[in-house]
Amino acid sequence: MKRARIAWRGAVHAAVADGDALRLADGTRLAEDEVVWLPPVVPGTIIALGINYADHKKELAKELTITSKDEPLAFLKGPNALVGHRGRTRRPADASFMHYECELTVVIGRHAKRVKRADALHYVAGYTIANDYAIRDYLENWYRPNLRVKNRDGCTALGPWLVDAADVPDPHALELQTLVNGERRQHGNTRDLIDDVPALIEYLSSFMTLAPGDLILTGTPEGVSNVLPGDEVVCEIEGLGRLVNTIVADERNT
Amino acid sequence: MLVIHEALACPAGRAAAEDRPPAVWHGLTAFAPPPIATAYGTLLNHREALAALGETVHQPPHKAPPQAPVLYIKPRHCLAGHGAAVEVPADAEVLEVGAQLGIVIGREACRVRDADALAFVAGYTICSDLSVPHPSYYRPSLRYKARDGFLPLGPWILAAHHVPRPDALEVVVHIDGREAQRYSTAGMQRGVARLIAEVSDFMTLAPGDLLMLGAGPSAPLARAGQTVRITIEPIGTLQHALVAEGPA
Repeated sequence: MKRARIAWRGAVHAAVADGDALRLADGTRLAEDEVVWLPPVVPGTIIALGINYADHKKELAKELTITSKDEPLAFLKGPNALVGHRGRTRRPADASFMHYECELTVVIGRHAKRVKRADALHYVAGYTIANDYAIRDYLENWYRPNLRVKNRDGCTALGPWLVDAADVPDPHALELQTLVNGERRQHGNTRDLIDDVPALIEYLSSFMTLAPGDLILTGTPEGVSNVLPGDEVVCEIEGLGRLVNTIVADERNT
Repeated sequence: MLVIHEALACPAGRAAAEDRPPAVWHGLTAFAPPPIATAYGTLLNHREALAALGETVHQPPHKAPPQAPVLYIKPRHCLAGHGAAVEVPADAEVLEVGAQLGIVIGREACRVRDADALAFVAGYTICSDLSVPHPSYYRPSLRYKARDGFLPLGPWILAAHHVPRPDALEVVVHIDGREAQRYSTAGMQRGVARLIAEVSDFMTLAPGDLLMLGAGPSAPLARAGQTVRITIEPIGTLQHALVAEGPA
């Protein structure tokens, strides 16, 4: 099952995919462009991984102070960062390099503490797609990537669907790609994750309790590039759908 | 006692008690943490804490001192209340106690000006931001900072109008009854209003969000079996214990 959260006619609804359409609990069928798409889950703790594909690590190697890696590079995001499918993301006026990051995202379904790798996938409710933008101009070498780079309002698109784990038999064999205005700029496969989904759940739950609704953004492969206002950025993951986002200029209203 | 519980049960955003909490609350041993949304911490905001790093801030991996506020998140599993017993992980000898002022946001704060910033504060609380001491601030470290129970806070949120000068508060830490730290919030590189302004320039703070002002210099260390008590007047005193981690 593919599940969405949407706003329609002044109310928030749970919806499921029904062919090309959305179906509400009362049977109402709606087209994709009739509704406002919200992030498909109300987020708990949002955990993101950096440098979790070998090719992306190589891509970043020139600017990294330390390239050795003894544990996953995990960082946290606040709920302000999320925006749903077909949403808009602001590019700050002073930014020179803002890039997308297409990421397989794990949605936790059960409390998980000290879970072993072999059991880890039982704690997954499902999967979705994240486009976790970064504005590299603001990088500082303090708790890098710092929140000014990674926790900006609406800079993490999420959706469109929460796809049930039962419908994703192997989360480590999924093609992913990012298209900017229809041109493919990023391409990878989740088989190339350095720390795969069970490894991440085992690692994180070894020192913290994961809870239903927690998200794990598993990192992005190589192929990041600058995006500009007006660009349509589409992140696709095999079996999970396509997440559309549009970059807009930063209009200050204050 | 009832008044306190009513205050704690207020929904986020209306979290501040309207009246000063009663001075006497004997008999209560553990509180729920105040109802906050997302907890943000501020790294190295105290001038002496940053100065203590000396020239290393200019050396790799940092290469330069922090420019914008450097924040971190303490997720929901970190929250603990007054009177909590926090488990010290088996692989940690001691924990660092980042005793500090907690600013509870009352209204959506987006790109606010310094001069307006205090109007976005619902109230203040006391935070014991616990960390496993770590040698580097280069990478965010969940394993050192985001463990279960690593943010006792409370005992309550005191309404902002009872705290007219948040940048001149004395923070006093006692460990097992002995004074372990004493500093003033006046020593911050960014005071309360300036911090809210600079943070809200790149992210919106929501009602109920907690923004921690920053730990003082020479944060004290404590180990399992000890009791930590943090006093910030006029807010009150937050107390919690540290216990050894239970078996897996």
